[in-house]
Amino acid sequence: MQVHKYDVVIVGAGGAGMRAAIESGQRARTAVLTKLYPTRSHTGAAQGGMCAALANVEEDNWEWHTFDTVKGGDYLVDQDAAEVMAKEAIDAVLDLEKMGLPFNRTPEGRIDQRRFGGHTRDHGKAPVRRACYAADRTGHMILQTLYQNCVKHNVEFYNEYYVLDLLIVEEDAVREDGTAYKQKRVAGVVSYDLASGELHVFQAKAVIFATGGAGKVFKTTSNAHTLTGDGMGIAFRRGIPLEDMEFFQFHPTGLAGLGILLSEAARGEGAILRNSEGERFMERYAPTIKDLAPRDIVARSMANEVREGRGAGPNKDYVLLDLTHLEPAHIDAKLPDITEFARTYLGVEPYTEPVPVYPTAHYAMGGVPTNIKGEVLQDNDTIIPGLYAAGEVACVSVHGSNRLGTNSLLDINVFGKRSGINAAEYAKTADYVELPENPANETIALLDSVRNASGTERIASIRADLQETMDTNMQVFRTADSIAKALSDIEALRERYRNISIQDKGKRFNLDLLEAVELGFLLDLAQVMTVAALHRKESRGGHYREDFPNRDDANWMKHTMLYKDDAAETEGIKGLRFGTKPVAFTRYEPMERKY
Amino acid sequence: MSASTVEPASKVELPASVGGGGEIPTFDITLRVRRYNPEVSEESHWDEYQLTMYGTDRVLDALHKVKWELDGSLSFRRSCAHGVCGSDAMRINGRNRLACKTLLKDLDTSKPITVEPIKGLPVEKDLIVDMEPFFQSYREIMPFLISKGHAPTKERLQSAEDRERFDDTTKCILCAACTSSCPVFWTDGQYFGPAAIVNAHRFIFDSRDDAGDMRLEILNDKEGVWRCRTVFNCTEACPRGIQVTKAISEVKQAILARQF
Repeated sequence: MQVHKYDVVIVGAGGAGMRAAIESGQRARTAVLTKLYPTRSHTGAAQGGMCAALANVEEDNWEWHTFDTVKGGDYLVDQDAAEVMAKEAIDAVLDLEKMGLPFNRTPEGRIDQRRFGGHTRDHGKAPVRRACYAADRTGHMILQTLYQNCVKHNVEFYNEYYVLDLLIVEEDAVREDGTAYKQKRVAGVVSYDLASGELHVFQAKAVIFATGGAGKVFKTTSNAHTLTGDGMGIAFRRGIPLEDMEFFQFHPTGLAGLGILLSEAARGEGAILRNSEGERFMERYAPTIKDLAPRDIVARSMANEVREGRGAGPNKDYVLLDLTHLEPAHIDAKLPDITEFARTYLGVEPYTEPVPVYPTAHYAMGGVPTNIKGEVLQDNDTIIPGLYAAGEVACVSVHGSNRLGTNSLLDINVFGKRSGINAAEYAKTADYVELPENPANETIALLDSVRNASGTERIASIRADLQETMDTNMQVFRTADSIAKALSDIEALRERYRNISIQDKGKRFNLDLLEAVELGFLLDLAQVMTVAALHRKESRGGHYREDFPNRDDANWMKHTMLYKDDAAETEGIKGLRFGTKPVAFTRYEPMERKY
Repeated sequence: MSASTVEPASKVELPASVGGGGEIPTFDITLRVRRYNPEVSEESHWDEYQLTMYGTDRVLDALHKVKWELDGSLSFRRSCAHGVCGSDAMRINGRNRLACKTLLKDLDTSKPITVEPIKGLPVEKDLIVDMEPFFQSYREIMPFLISKGHAPTKERLQSAEDRERFDDTTKCILCAACTSSCPVFWTDGQYFGPAAIVNAHRFIFDSRDDAGDMRLEILNDKEGVWRCRTVFNCTEACPRGIQVTKAISEVKQAILARQF
C-alpha cells in the first residue's frame, strides 16, 4: 500500500472535477483521481446546451433564470443557491469560451443561444433563447475543453483509480449553545488502482467529491454503465446524510427500449411529441409552452398517454418525437448527433419518420448536501471542514425536485469552480488531519469479502433485478404500494448480495471485482431513494405520488435528509435515520406550477 | 439559421409504417475473443462463445453477455455505451470500431465474429490496452487554445464561417480507433498518429488561436505529418465520421504554405 500526500484531492474527472482542478491546480498541489480516463466521463454525453442570461439574441436577465430554476424545481430549490448559479452562469460561459470552447455563433459572431424546456422570458410568459450550445454535443465540448485546460495547467491525474473510501475522523466538539457533538474532519481517501490491483491512500487537507450520478439503479437510463453512485454511497457509509434522494429526473426523450438520450434541444429547435393518433398531446398538458414544459411534466404526460392507450408501436408502449416538419439542413446543422443515434440504434430516419421515445432515468436531483461554497454538511448546521462536493453527486440544492435542462452543465461549472477555489484556499491555511491507524483496513475488508465470497449469486443477475424493480415501481408514477414493493424487492436483493461470488480472482484490471463493489453502492442508494419516496406523501417535481397527487407545502416544503444510523429505523428499514432541512427562500413565494 | 417558423399541426395522420415490425428478432452468433492475461500466461489465445442475441444488440451487448453470464474474467473498457465516450474501441472482424456502435445484425453472423484489442498499443489484459502512449502524443501537440493579448471582457467574436472551419475535428472523442488503425503507427510507435494531428488541426484552424505555427513546427518533425501515407484507414475507422485523412493533408498544406 502506497501513501501519497496532496493539498487537494479531487475525486472524479467529469465537468465538475476538472473545472475544480483548473482552479485548485493553480493554487495548491492537487491530484485528480478518476475511475475512468477523464475524457470518458459522462459530462461528454450531455447534448443540448448550458443556460446563461447573456441576452445575445433576445432580452434576458439572470433574475428570470433564477425564477425559472426555482419554479422548475417546484419551489424545493434553495433560492440563495439558484441565484448564485444564475448570476455566475454568465461568467461560467465566458470562462469556457476563453478556454477555447467552440460555441455556435450568431451572425454577429457572438455565442448563439436557443430555447430549452422551462426557460422563459419574464417569469413564464414565453420560451426564451438562453441555452448556449455547440451543435448537440455541448457536453462533449465542455469535457474536451476542460480536459485541454487541465493539460495546459499540468493537472496531475491518476487515471483508473477507483476511490472506495473516504477517511473521516471524528472529534469531540461543543456547539455555541453548549451541546456536545462529534465534528467530522476529512483526512483523505483510499483508492484502488485498476491496472495493478494495489491500494493507494491519498492524504489530503481538502477533498472534493465530483463523482457524478447513480442512474444505474434503473434499467432504462441515459446514464453510462459506470454511473453507480460511488461518491454518494461512500459518503453515506461514512455517516454523511443524503439529501432529497426521492427526486430522480426521467428525461422525456430516451430512445424507446434503449434509454439513449435524445436532447431536449430537439424540441428547442422545433420538434414536437405526438401520440399514436398523431396528436400533439402536450397542447393539453401545458397549453402555454407545450413541448417545452419542464421534464417532469413532459415525462408524466408521455407516460400518461401510454397508460391511457395512446402509445405508438406494436406494444403501444412509447410516443413519437416528430422532426419531420423541420428542414433536413436545419436538423443537420443543429442536431447531427442525436439524429444519428436514431438511425444507428433504431434504424429510423428522422427527416421522414417520427422517432420512438420514452422517458429514461437521467439525473439525481438529490445527493451529498453542500452549501453554496461547496462545503459538505454533516447535518443541517455543521460543515465538514475540508470536504467539498460538486456536480450531480452534490445537492446544493439548485435543482430542487426537478432540474431544468442545461442547468446541470451550468451547475458543474459554477459549483465546480467554487469548490476548486475554496478547497485550495482552505488547504493553504489548514493542517493535515492525521490519518487513522491502518487507513485502508476497511477497504481491504470490503474487497476481500467480495473476492473471497463463495456464494452462488451472480452480480449481473442481482443488478438486473434491482433495475427491473426500480423501473417498474419507482419511475414517473409512484404509489405507496409500488414503492413498498420496490423496497421489499431491494431488501431481498440485499440478502442475495450476501451470497455472491465473482470469477475473476486476479489483480490486473479486475472489473469483475469492481462491478460487485459498485452494485453494493447501487443497492444502498436504491434503498435510500425508495425510503425517501415512501416517506414523502405528496407530489412535487420529479416525485409523483398517485395516492397524494398534489403538492403539500404545509407539510412537505422541506428537504429530506437520510442518515445511516444503526440505532434508528425509518419506514420499517433498520439503520436509517430520517431528518429534514428547511428550504432557503429569498424572493419567490411558492405558487401553483402551471406552464 | 432560425428555428422552424411554421407551427406544426396539432394533429396529423401517421403513416402506417410508424411503429416498426413487432417482435425484435433473435439470432445465434459465435463470438471469438482474443484473450490475454499475463498473470496466467504470456501467450494470448482465442476463446469462443455461442450466444443468442437480439436484433437491436451491439457487439458490446455480446461482450456483456459473456462477462455477466459466462465468464466474469473477460476484461474490456466501456462506459457510455452509445458512442460518445470513446472507451470501447476494438478490432471487430479486423476493423477498428466502437463495440457500442456496431450492431450485430450489420455483421455477417453466419461466421464467427472476431474481437481483438486495437493494434499498436501494449495489451494489458484481454481487450484493454495501455492508452498512455496515445495520450502522450496528444499532449505534445499542445491541445489547448493559446491566445495572445488581453482576453476581452465578454466572449471573443468568431464568425459562423470561422467556427465551421474546424468543426469536423472538434468531434474527436480520443478513442484511438484512427491511430491504432494506421499501418505507420503499427511499425513506428513514435509517430504522432492521426488522433494527435486531428486535435492539432482543431486548434490550427481555429481563428481565435495564435499558436498554429508552433504546432505546425511540432508536426513538421520527422515523426509528424510526413509519416502519413494517406492509406485512409483512419478515416474509415473513425466512429465520429471525421475526415481524418483530409485533416492531416490540410495540416501538411499549412506547413508547406508557411515554408519552414
